[in-house]
Amino acid sequence: MRRSGRWVWMATVAVAMGVCAIGTVPQVARGDDNSYVLTFKDNKIEPAELQVPAGVEFKLVVKNADQSPEEFESSDLKIEKVIAGGSEVELTIKPLDPGSYEVVGEFHEDTAKGQIVAK
Amino acid sequence: MDPSSALIVFREVLEAALVVGIVMAGSKGVAGRGLWVGGGIVAGVLGACAVAAGAGAIQSAAAGVGQELLNATILFAAVGMLGWHCVWMGRHGRDIARHMSQVSRAVVQGSRPLYALGVVVGLAVAREGSEAVLFLYGIAAGSDSPALDLLRGGLLGLAGGAAVGAAIYFGLMRIPARYLFAVTTWMIILLAAGMASQGAGFLAQADLLPTLGRRLWDTSGILSDRAILGKVLHTLVGYDAKPSGIQLLFYTTTLLIIGSLTWILGRPNSPAAPAARAA
Repeated sequence: MRRSGRWVWMATVAVAMGVCAIGTVPQVARGDDNSYVLTFKDNKIEPAELQVPAGVEFKLVVKNADQSPEEFESSDLKIEKVIAGGSEVELTIKPLDPGSYEVVGEFHEDTAKGQIVAK
Repeated sequence: MDPSSALIVFREVLEAALVVGIVMAGSKGVAGRGLWVGGGIVAGVLGACAVAAGAGAIQSAAAGVGQELLNATILFAAVGMLGWHCVWMGRHGRDIARHMSQVSRAVVQGSRPLYALGVVVGLAVAREGSEAVLFLYGIAAGSDSPALDLLRGGLLGLAGGAAVGAAIYFGLMRIPARYLFAVTTWMIILLAAGMASQGAGFLAQADLLPTLGRRLWDTSGILSDRAILGKVLHTLVGYDAKPSGIQLLFYTTTLLIIGSLTWILGRPNSPAAPAARAA
């Protein structure tokens, strides 16, 4: 009894360690690369649909490749940020629930529309 | 005329115009208010140009969160000024209303914190105006539409915003004098609560505050805060279709603090009020 109890305990630890390892490895491997880019170009958002992982914090780099300033806005993500022409900003996005989040360029709302899809 | 530029400028100046309208109504019968409010608008426009001109520098300041910090600072400064005004009005508003009907206004005018309202107007115009300036600058810096068309659209949007500000002012002027300050004080408290919620939103965006739940509820199906009515309510009562937890916390806390201070200090037999009542 006692012996098998110890085995069960060790197996549990091993499984737990395995789970931890599986859980952490992809994030460690990504490191600083866990960032995604949206670009304003010709008053449009590229890509119009950006895929990001759900449930993981990530960096969102928003570039404004146009000459004129743009206001990056997303009521879904609670972001409102002016980006000067020819510059970029970096935003920290807290883990998202799976789903789609709308983003717009407020100064060119007719054309600058896109969404971030968390999977 | 470019309709989209008119709409964008209108949306940007709407909030500032509403603030000016309410502040003007809330300072009815006080000598020198035109000067303070007018001065606030002029300073605000200059501030807006300065913020727009320094947009690039602000953007990269404070490790990339300069804009959020500036917005939050402006908003919380305005909240402080509005709160101070409400508390002051709670103590003296009744007397001003009484004096107004007695045509002997001079007694209370000297001590009125008009500078607080002037500063609020300046801050609101600077913050909202800077986006309108950036937008119009973008047009001037070269775009597909003829610049003159867009400029006309911009002026139309500005006029539209001013008209809404005037409408709320003249609407409030229809309220009988003895209720006017009670109404404007509560409107200003709601205005302040909305600004506090917005300020908290910026600090959460900068990752300096937790969101406490990114989205507590979503009423954008009923009224989007991108619609004009949603935008108006956003300014007047702090309406947000998808509020975060931290926003709700700041909203209710501001409402409770300024509201209870105004109420406590404004009670007829409050120990804090006798000086004004004697006058």
